[in-house]
Amino acid sequence: MSRTPLLKVTELSKNFRGVQALYRVSFHVEKGELVGVIGPNGSGKTTLVNTITGFVKPNRGEVVYDDKDITGWKPQKVIRLGIARTFQMVKPFYKLPAYKNMIVPLYSPRLKKELGGRYGDLNEIALDCLEDVGFERDSFVAYKTASVLPQGYLKRLELAKAMVLRPDLIILDELFSGLSLAEVASIVPIIEKLRYAGIAIIMIEHRLKELFRIADRVMVLNYGRKIADGMAKEVMESREVKKAYLGTEAE
Amino acid sequence: MLLGTLIYGLITSATLALLSIGFNITFGISGVANFAYGALYVITGFGAWILCNMLGFPYPLAAMFAVLFSALFSALVYRFFLLRLRGMVLSEVIATFAMGLAILELFRYSGFIGSSYTLPVFFEGSLFIKGIYVDAQRLFVVGIAAGATLLLWLFTRHTRTGRAFRAISQNEFTAMTLGIDSDWTATLSMAFGAAYVSLAAIVILPLGTISPMAGYGILINALAVCIVGGLGSTGGVLIASLIIGYAQQFTESYVGTHWIMIVSLLAIFLVLCIRPSGLLGHQKELEERI
Amino acid sequence: MTLRKERIDRGIKVRSDDIFIVRSWREMIYFTAPRLLPIVLLFALVLITNEYWQRVLVQAAVFALLGMSWDLLANCGLISLGQALFFGVGAYISGSFNFYFGWSPLVTIPLATVLGGLLAALVLVPVFRLRGIYFSMVTLVLPLMMERIIEATAILGGTEGLTGLSSLPASWVELCIIFIPLWVCLFLLRRLIDSNYGVVIRAISDNDQSVINAGISLNLYKAQVVIIAGAIGAFCGAFMTHVYQFVGMPVFALDYSILPIASVIVGGAGNFAGAILGAYILVPLSELLRGIGGLRIVLYAIFLMVFVVALPEGIFHFLQRKYSQFERLVEVDK
Repeated sequence: MSRTPLLKVTELSKNFRGVQALYRVSFHVEKGELVGVIGPNGSGKTTLVNTITGFVKPNRGEVVYDDKDITGWKPQKVIRLGIARTFQMVKPFYKLPAYKNMIVPLYSPRLKKELGGRYGDLNEIALDCLEDVGFERDSFVAYKTASVLPQGYLKRLELAKAMVLRPDLIILDELFSGLSLAEVASIVPIIEKLRYAGIAIIMIEHRLKELFRIADRVMVLNYGRKIADGMAKEVMESREVKKAYLGTEAE
Repeated sequence: MLLGTLIYGLITSATLALLSIGFNITFGISGVANFAYGALYVITGFGAWILCNMLGFPYPLAAMFAVLFSALFSALVYRFFLLRLRGMVLSEVIATFAMGLAILELFRYSGFIGSSYTLPVFFEGSLFIKGIYVDAQRLFVVGIAAGATLLLWLFTRHTRTGRAFRAISQNEFTAMTLGIDSDWTATLSMAFGAAYVSLAAIVILPLGTISPMAGYGILINALAVCIVGGLGSTGGVLIASLIIGYAQQFTESYVGTHWIMIVSLLAIFLVLCIRPSGLLGHQKELEERI
Repeated sequence: MTLRKERIDRGIKVRSDDIFIVRSWREMIYFTAPRLLPIVLLFALVLITNEYWQRVLVQAAVFALLGMSWDLLANCGLISLGQALFFGVGAYISGSFNFYFGWSPLVTIPLATVLGGLLAALVLVPVFRLRGIYFSMVTLVLPLMMERIIEATAILGGTEGLTGLSSLPASWVELCIIFIPLWVCLFLLRRLIDSNYGVVIRAISDNDQSVINAGISLNLYKAQVVIIAGAIGAFCGAFMTHVYQFVGMPVFALDYSILPIASVIVGGAGNFAGAILGAYILVPLSELLRGIGGLRIVLYAIFLMVFVVALPEGIFHFLQRKYSQFERLVEVDK
């Protein structure tokens, strides 16, 4: 029985004043899948996220989510529908403590719809959410102002802010960048937990080893075009992908 | 009536352009708020008057000194006083506005009001164009305005300092890594802006009297032109001055003098609601979304 | 031996931050004194001074409220250069209803407060989606425009304005109407900004992209803030209309835009109490300088300029810091 995919992107194109950031990119994501998006720097990965989630309007193409055409929708509307994203450069509320950072997504109309009505003390929920992503309770790190937290915690905070929205699709833009192997290893179980909960995940990554361990499928972008889409192993065997990453083929 | 309106519209536009260029340099191009702009205009006027009438300097010399003084004054005040507010636009606006206020009110208090405060014109007489009398000095204003705009355009495009002006407002940090001394550049841009408004003063003031009250109107008009045209765009200043200048002239001729200021203010409001970066501006209108 | 300056909370501050404050009178006084003292002081001053200085204190309260309204907008990232807009709109609404329909001030003032807030939000909605600086420019321009429009179209009394409006029932009523809202506003606004709702508001000013990323509509929250701030400003305008029994073009004057900002800058932004402190320094100062005539504005402007440059954080933060922390020099750890 064929199901309609959760997210279906068709011929998405975006041109920034002469720079073709995306050219006719089409792909789809099923419910509960973890799809990796890789490609050299400047290949359009972040633009892809921005156009899907509405931060940038595409020039051509279509984005259909849950059978709804959301092409060109404003980001607030897209997120209320159930897509969440993180930013490549983390954007916490630096002046606030970490757990207060969570208050903002907790005020999201999406949660009002999902949970309906009062859902308890927001401060407690915030602390619980942070604990789920690895802010140890007994070290009181959740009470620290975001401006003093190291990158590992900020990335986790960013992830928590997306998770708490109870999305059906999460798009993670280079979550692992700037993290040590140990930090990555501690975040992977959280992502796996999301998958088992049935949440679809799109992960833009440069750290291929870690990504391939958890991804179902991998898509490769180069200069705004999709050049491969499939199982991790076969994608990496592809000649075009090798050329994109390594330059012209060695003799 | 129509021909007169058209001709004087051009003159009004040229005057506006000349007045606004200096503001555009500091606020639009370099990102330094100088809301004491109107005060500098008046300082130059009175400075030249004092040199002329109380110290007996010949007018061209007095004018030149007044311009230099104004430029030096703003540069020094900025360097030793306002520099601490670098980057905090609101504080800059308030501090410079307060400074302008203090200067203008000081002049008013000291009694510098009256019809005796005039400056001599550079060109006497008037021309007779198709039945309309036009003062030679007014045509001089148009000429100077055109020259000044051209000079500014060349300066920001083709000289190192001019490009430095643009750099520090686009991305100060990067500019500094390229060896541009941001503080010195900002001080310089203050001086340039002041020089331009002083130039405008010595050319335009001979057409009337020097009045401290004019200082406020100058600031509003300059703000209007820069916003409508787009902060930082020389071409924008040109086009906006033409639009606002003619709008003001037609309003004066066919509607009534009371409405002139409303034209400027309405222009600002409409532009900000519809296309806030102005006609030719490249400023970021919306918050950065990506 | 290299030294660095270290700031540590005072012992008494730490002890009085918790429930255990109740175990000692000293700590309770430390906590309540700075909060009660201004209220009591102002109350006493109002009672013992003559009518002239009472008017001054009332005026200072009006500017303090305008300053708090500005502070609220600033907390949301909206820097208003035109508080006079709210003030003027409130003044004209209450003045008009009193002049044309004869309604009592006790009706027109609340009416103007509510309508003023809504009207302000309506007018400013088009600029919400833009960068902060454009909001500032629009607020700068709108009061000037209102002034010119009233002058040119001669509506609502034109250049002469509306005179002979009803005054407030009694002088003690006048004092109550202004001073009770002053402290109530302070209390409520502080609670608002500390609450979780306030977190969202401050987040909009800190990093509005993340707020959008949470699916929150910025315009909705900005509109709410403008309605509240506009209502406060309109209240001030409506009140003053009935104190002077007159409303005219001067209600849109630059003074009503600049002085609140100056109060907040002198007093300290971000916490509403600074607005009150600043207003009660600047307004009496302005009155004291009245003797020197035109020079007054000059000295005033110089005072403002020096303050902005020398102590940008404002007096309140400085005092707060001194009150709750002490400094000492310590050796830098190797």
